Amino acid sequence: MAGRGKLIAVIGDEDTCTGFLLGGIGELNKNRKPNFLVIEKDTSVTEIEETFKGFLARDDIGIILINQFIAEMIRHAIDAHTQSIPAVLEIPSKEHPYDASKDSILRRAKGMFSAEDFR
Amino acid sequence: MSGKDRIDVFPSRMAQTIMKARLKGAQTGRNLLKKKADALTMRFRQILRKIIETKTLMGEVMREAAFSLAEAKFAAGDFSTTVIQNVNKAQVKVRAKKDNVAGVTLPVFEHYHEGGDSYELTGLARGGEQLTKLKRNYAKAVELLVELASLQTSFVTLDEAIKITNRRVNAIEHVIIPRIERTLSYIITELDEREREEFYRLKKIQEKKKQIKERNEIERVARCAKLGVVEEPANMLMDERDEDLLFE
Repeated sequence: MAGRGKLIAVIGDEDTCTGFLLGGIGELNKNRKPNFLVIEKDTSVTEIEETFKGFLARDDIGIILINQFIAEMIRHAIDAHTQSIPAVLEIPSKEHPYDASKDSILRRAKGMFSAEDFR
Repeated sequence: MSGKDRIDVFPSRMAQTIMKARLKGAQTGRNLLKKKADALTMRFRQILRKIIETKTLMGEVMREAAFSLAEAKFAAGDFSTTVIQNVNKAQVKVRAKKDNVAGVTLPVFEHYHEGGDSYELTGLARGGEQLTKLKRNYAKAVELLVELASLQTSFVTLDEAIKITNRRVNAIEHVIIPRIERTLSYIITELDEREREEFYRLKKIQEKKKQIKERNEIERVARCAKLGVVEEPANMLMDERDEDLLFE
């Protein structure tokens, strides 16, 4: 059963957002609100958290991509989100390569984690 | 007995049959649920392995894409602001489809393209080739990420489903079945008790009858000895006492 199309949201630094917008995922909805947030060095944690919660509340967003170092800052909000949609995906950024031990989804599977990881 | 008690029924043979049927039903239900939990766990492990593979792959793809972004920036100058300002409609969207595993519906994302490329004119001045390469790289990254997102959602949904099923299996195994077994043993003990009572009653009646018979025999012999050989048949109408009554 295919629902109406859902968007991919991005919360990341400038390079990540530019790249993904060029990939064609950016959209402004009816109220001119974008489905992405560019994080600068001076963006406050509250603002990030609020945007994240805003994305969660919107029902036209299916996936949220978030840089891992930003995810670290709002770790508690991400861990509190236990529904399956929207899916929250942690992606590496240029300065911070992917670190599997910080990924919140993989931490939930802690028990089966050890032997199969870091291959 | 706190915690699990037995079900309150009147102990009878029918109740016993009913309880036996219920026990059978509970055991069958538990086995079925265990099988379902096993199937779900197997699928869960598969998905977990795939997630780890895909995540490592994604790390590489993202690095590639970041390199091409740096290249394009070098060639075409800083186009980030232009890109960010030119957002209006998304070309790539995802759809949620439902997949079914052992009775659990898992959401699966499928991406589809819609409309044209709104960044066709960016990089027209310089660095067009790098920009097209960049767009392609990021489109590839998006596809991979959509797949990863599907895996993740199924992962989370399966996790919940497995927990619920295991909870039910444990509930049946440690609460429902022992309760029914206690009820059954209670019914059986009650029925045995009743049989023993019945048995005891019969034995007592037999004893009493024997005693009465002996007494009558002695009287009869005594009477015959006095009056001569005269047989007297038993007169039921004259007998006021009922032999079968134990306690009066």
